[in-house]
Amino acid sequence: MMRIIDGNEAVALAAKLARVKVISAYPITPQTTVVEKLAEYISNGELDAEFIKVESEHSAMSACIGAAATGVRAFTATSSQGLLLMSEMLYVASGLRLPIVMTNANRSVSAPLSIWCDQQDSMTVRDSGWIQLYCENNQEILDTTIQAFRIAEELLLPVMVCYDGYILSHTLEPVDCPEQSEVDAFLPEYHYPYALDPEKPVTMGPVGVPEYYMEFRYLLQKAVQESKAKIVEIDHEFKKRFGRGYGILEEYRSDDAEVVILTMGSLSSSCKEIVDSLRQRGEKVGLVKLKSFRPFPTEEIIEALGRAKAVAVVEKDISLGHAGGLFIDTAAAFVNTREAPLMINFICGLAGRDVTSALLEQAVRETQRAAETGRVEKKIRWLGLQEKLVEE
Amino acid sequence: MAEAAFLEGNYCQAFPFFGAERRGAPVVAFTRIDKRPIRTHEQVYRPNYVVVLDQTLVESVDVAAGLSPGGIVILNSKKAPENLKGKKIAIVDATKIAIETLGVPITNTTMLGALAKATGVVSLESIAKVIEKRFGKLAEKNINAAKRAFEETVIS
Amino acid sequence: MKLKPGAVITEPGNSEKYETGGWRTFCPSVDPAKCTGCGLCWLFCPEAAISKGKPPKIDLRYCKGCGICANECPVKAITMKEGCRQ
Repeated sequence: MMRIIDGNEAVALAAKLARVKVISAYPITPQTTVVEKLAEYISNGELDAEFIKVESEHSAMSACIGAAATGVRAFTATSSQGLLLMSEMLYVASGLRLPIVMTNANRSVSAPLSIWCDQQDSMTVRDSGWIQLYCENNQEILDTTIQAFRIAEELLLPVMVCYDGYILSHTLEPVDCPEQSEVDAFLPEYHYPYALDPEKPVTMGPVGVPEYYMEFRYLLQKAVQESKAKIVEIDHEFKKRFGRGYGILEEYRSDDAEVVILTMGSLSSSCKEIVDSLRQRGEKVGLVKLKSFRPFPTEEIIEALGRAKAVAVVEKDISLGHAGGLFIDTAAAFVNTREAPLMINFICGLAGRDVTSALLEQAVRETQRAAETGRVEKKIRWLGLQEKLVEE
Repeated sequence: MAEAAFLEGNYCQAFPFFGAERRGAPVVAFTRIDKRPIRTHEQVYRPNYVVVLDQTLVESVDVAAGLSPGGIVILNSKKAPENLKGKKIAIVDATKIAIETLGVPITNTTMLGALAKATGVVSLESIAKVIEKRFGKLAEKNINAAKRAFEETVIS
Repeated sequence: MKLKPGAVITEPGNSEKYETGGWRTFCPSVDPAKCTGCGLCWLFCPEAAISKGKPPKIDLRYCKGCGICANECPVKAITMKEGCRQ
């Protein structure tokens, strides 16, 4: 059934359709209405779940870890400072291999205090052993969140579904909402093999002495890397049932493109517009939209970008003292390959600064120039920066 | 030990390997002494000398594992244990000495005396200097314990 | 041994396999004539190596010789002795 809902409601609806058993979350802008909606579902009897109220996101994740350890489907949602506050527990969740699903409405981090969108928050916890999937629109949020439970539970890995705060979380869009029976058929009841049970006692979270710790990290790394195949497989099945699929990345008119934009999240749609308009003028421009940032699909990235002369990596985050996280990882993907495209990193849209089509076109022009001259003048560019305010 | 060697113009390095330890539980610690600067931070796998503070460990741990040819096991014990047969060992009843001189069965400083005697790597005087600096009021007793161990250590 | 995901240990109570009595300098010796069977040693033993009784039974596989039982015994029925074996 088509409904007009915002991204947050898409999340709440997906969690309800997934029949989550425990929700523990702390409200934070712009995620708040996810929590409100879920509380409403529970109070009016639409969802049979335990809502554990907590005093912080650290506790929210802790409660989800405890719930998941008992073998039930656990869910939380957060943003920005909330994600950073729970970061300690993110590593515990993945280290214990608990298949928790979390949605993160991407928001910038303080200071300066800001409630608006960028992807600094989730980028900051990319090393935590969580799968990270980025969404372009509200339909993808709903579909990805449902898929996330299957991915998490089949692999015993936590999954973070990231979507841009306000730009998606508070934007109304038509979303095809599946029936409960359809979701039930796709997402079977969950059985965790090592659930806490007085009849079958297990120990969780023992000390990892130097003799064993590395082996557990190795197994975790292996699981996250190999999750790529499972993400694709589950997406294929989803597509068969629901008619919509996303893949690990999407190549948009990039086949013969000389210049390719690489980005994640809602920017992808704006980039598709630019690509279309430049294609109309006969310019060979394409887009690669990365959906899975963790696992990072190195082979697919090389395949998708390797034919281009130059790539514009457009992202809303920065690893301070280096470059944008997506740029760093993409550059690393090409290490030891013979022919890598030139790459320029465009940092843009921090804290909700609007990324206009004019700005994106400017990025494409600069990248085209690099493609023509074979040379990159400045590797990292801040797109739309008010230079007069920061000049000495 | 490392500090005493340092006083005598050597480079030195001393480090523990922390287990899930508590007072009295077995731990391992390493010391390197050299005329040249020591750069490695590897644990010691081929020791020249092994000091064993508690004879009961000889039953549960292969204390002579990796011992260099000509190396010595320096052991706090009343008698030479069976399973170290064929190894060069130095024996001292450090627990007895510690209880008699210090009043507690903590044998670390006592065994320094045994170590100095068995290896000759550092002098008893340097050991005494370091104990003096480290223990203040308690130094005298500990120096006496080390001295007694130096005298009573039997090298086979 | 195959490691389980998340370092889960599925065998309950396997910490018993770790015999903490593998090293010690002293071990407790109970004087049955003095013991009142009050059970304080059993309560205080950090390794749960003491079974309640008059006199109590001490499981030397786990006794690490800490002496807490001797210290806590209200009638001084426990003394720490050197050189005991299992």
